[in-house]
Amino acid sequence: MVIAVTLIVSFAIRLTGDPAVMLAQGAGSVTEADLERIREALGLNQSFLAQYIGFLQGLVVGDFGRSFMGGTPVSDLIGRALPATLALAFASLFLSIVISIPLGIKAAVSRGRWPDQMIRIFSLIGLSFPNFWLAIMLVLVLSITFNLLPPSGMEGFSSFIMPAATMGIILTATNVRLVRTTMLDTLRSQYIMVARAKGLSNTVVLYKHALRNCSIPLITYFGLQFGGLLGGIVVVERVFNWPGLGTLAFEAVSARDYPVLQGVITVLSLMIISINLLVDIAYGLVDPRVRKE
Amino acid sequence: MTTTPALSVRSLSVNFGSNQVVKNLSFDVYPGKTTAIVGESGSGKSVTSLAIMRLVEYMNAEITSGTIRFYSDANDAQPQDLTQLSDKAMRKIRGKDIAMIFQEPMTSLNPVYTIGDQITEVLVLHEKLTKEAARVEAVKLLKLVRLADAEALLKRYPHQLSGGMRQRVMIAMALACRPKVLVADEPTTALDVTIQAQILTIMRDLQQELGMAVIFITHDMGVVAEMADQVVVMRHGEKVEEASVEEIFARAQHPYTQALLAAVPKLGSMQGEALPRMDPLVVLDGNIARTLGESRQQDTARIDAASVVEVENLVTRFDIRKGFFGGISHRVHAVENVSFNIFPGETLALVGESGSGKSTIGRTIQQLQESTSGTIRFGGRAVADMSRAEKMRLRQEVQYIFQDPFASLDPRKTVGFSIAEPIRTHGLLHGSKAIRQRVNQLLERVGLSADQAERYPHEFSGGQRQRVCIARALASKPKLIIADEALSALDVSIQAQIIHLLMELQQDEGLAYLFISHDMAVVEKMSHRVAVLHLGQVVELGERRAVFDSPQHSYTRKLLSAVPVADPTQRRERVLLQGDILSPIRKVGDEPQHLPLIQVATGHFVAQEESGAERLAS
Repeated sequence: MVIAVTLIVSFAIRLTGDPAVMLAQGAGSVTEADLERIREALGLNQSFLAQYIGFLQGLVVGDFGRSFMGGTPVSDLIGRALPATLALAFASLFLSIVISIPLGIKAAVSRGRWPDQMIRIFSLIGLSFPNFWLAIMLVLVLSITFNLLPPSGMEGFSSFIMPAATMGIILTATNVRLVRTTMLDTLRSQYIMVARAKGLSNTVVLYKHALRNCSIPLITYFGLQFGGLLGGIVVVERVFNWPGLGTLAFEAVSARDYPVLQGVITVLSLMIISINLLVDIAYGLVDPRVRKE
Repeated sequence: MTTTPALSVRSLSVNFGSNQVVKNLSFDVYPGKTTAIVGESGSGKSVTSLAIMRLVEYMNAEITSGTIRFYSDANDAQPQDLTQLSDKAMRKIRGKDIAMIFQEPMTSLNPVYTIGDQITEVLVLHEKLTKEAARVEAVKLLKLVRLADAEALLKRYPHQLSGGMRQRVMIAMALACRPKVLVADEPTTALDVTIQAQILTIMRDLQQELGMAVIFITHDMGVVAEMADQVVVMRHGEKVEEASVEEIFARAQHPYTQALLAAVPKLGSMQGEALPRMDPLVVLDGNIARTLGESRQQDTARIDAASVVEVENLVTRFDIRKGFFGGISHRVHAVENVSFNIFPGETLALVGESGSGKSTIGRTIQQLQESTSGTIRFGGRAVADMSRAEKMRLRQEVQYIFQDPFASLDPRKTVGFSIAEPIRTHGLLHGSKAIRQRVNQLLERVGLSADQAERYPHEFSGGQRQRVCIARALASKPKLIIADEALSALDVSIQAQIIHLLMELQQDEGLAYLFISHDMAVVEKMSHRVAVLHLGQVVELGERRAVFDSPQHSYTRKLLSAVPVADPTQRRERVLLQGDILSPIRKVGDEPQHLPLIQVATGHFVAQEESGAERLAS
């Protein structure tokens, strides 16, 4: 899995052009000999396969190589950016789960009546926002017009609000619908009627008996969503100038900084794989039928 | 007898939107007594039970008028009217004073919580017990419903329990707060007869012990005769008759009740008769119960002719793979060494409980399922030796009717198309006009009209759909029809009509039936010979009269004694049948012992019983 991803990325990135040319830019007149020297210093004169094998050898011992720009070890760059991205990703996912579960349940319970209609309309609007547009609008209103929140950077809690809200709102729009559908299915079950017949309150019936049964499809979906979330974060990080993997990747692409980009992609794919593993573990926790005898 | 009822329903009406499903219903139920509400599908009996619990509001239905008075004791001068209570006040009564048992034990327990969690929940809620005290009480309750090993059971999840055990857990849960009124909605319908007998006995004993008033909702007149004191008969949302159980069975007043009772097959009604008997149908014509047709003997079996099908030492097993590498750890021994034959015009019944392998035998004969070993012969030729063309022809001669007529018809095709399909597939007729004529003729043959060919399955009722399935089966002019629980999903009056139709077709076309069923009373009515299956093996095989009148194998006797008889005067103190249904799943290498069949009379074979020591070991 990791091999497949890194191989494709390493290959594709080399189609974008020669990094030596980028490096040499701004240095005034450059001769072909200068370029050749740069290539040799960066190891770009070797064949693609040799470069890739070199990258893999480094990977095994946790060495991602050095950035073409300034020579900082890639692992240092990632080490600085990763916590920022993870913090943002989990904050968005958490925000979306916390909002979408009660709203989705409310929509399911009041199916066809006005709360349901309202929630579905808002969800449709949320689905129609492009994330960068929402991000820019938030900056425009909350930072520039009312000057309530810092427009960019990562300093303190207040700087989290806008980026997390941008991602969170868009995730919530889909999640609400998902929660609503799975909840409607679950509420039709006989054991829900049995729970009501016991005299349990609505809250206990919905949040104890129904929600845990909904959680299998929900966990599956939230896990899948995490991958998409990491993709979307690149754009949002850019808008808010968030010092995370997205910004790092963006800069690496602009500069054709192969080692950095390869490193970022490898880390992202490792994260997606581990999320899938966590999802499988979570199944066992919520559903006794999945557990081994 | 107390004169104060526990619950008194007056002029109750329930609506689904503008559709009134319960109309002006009144009845009482007294402490320690059982009022049964009987009716066929659509009679509003289940909605009534949910209305008493005020659960209809969660199904988008509402109580539009009437009162439901609940008397907390015999001196209660101011009973609460449940229809007027707030949701909060109602929740205090639900599960505490009035509890309910539902039909489907497989789905009525929450799969993600332990049995213990689900029982203690009620006790903590209503009795304000601590967790620990509730646990102690839960153990007592599980013992009350006669579940062994109650302590360990608390920690188990519903999927680890059999249907019968789950229903007992459900009863324990309902009885947790010693309710005054118990509403039981078809509590045993989904269970095997021996398990049903256990559950009914437990319910009756506990009712005596706790002095509960029980509202028992059912479609099964046999269960009514066993359980009820008072009977309310419902039809299309209205009460058509109410009387004591003895009155209803002896002197039913309303023609609907009369027709309903006439349709119920009664176990033992064929005693002494050699052949199946086709009884006249009692149908409701307006408001008069009319008798159609005459009683006649079904002398159709041609036992001198060659068998239609012969099954010899049939074995069908399924592998169960476990673990990452998928090694076979267990096997389902669905069919073990089964042999029988069917003559033209004969009905052979395969009876047994879940896991007895009866359906697998049917599927194996129809080549829907591969056998592990053994021979199946049609017209003397083994299926294994047949060419593809011969096997194709066999599919024409053997037809299958399934339990669920809706699921076995394509919802997007007209029934005419579905009936014509086998005619086209086997190239029996050519030209659309000829095919259409044949379809029309088949529809009329099964009691439908030719102009219904253009309609879709959802436009038909359950009984009509089963008729369409029979028409489709007849389309390819089969010699053998395998009817796999084909009557089980139907209301009794419809069931009687389909039995009538099947027997008529047998008489006219000389059809042989392999009749797979768990319903002993229907089997008694219809079949010439009976094979009783247990754990994939035939334990008794013989003429129906021999098997039913003098059952030899202990399992056959157990099965027969478990069937509730639709006659309250025959109510007997039943010995409590112990134990769950045994599982046909065994470890690899642990092969079941094949029990040799011994002929006890001409054509009557009985399996040798396993000795006690061997039983314990297995």
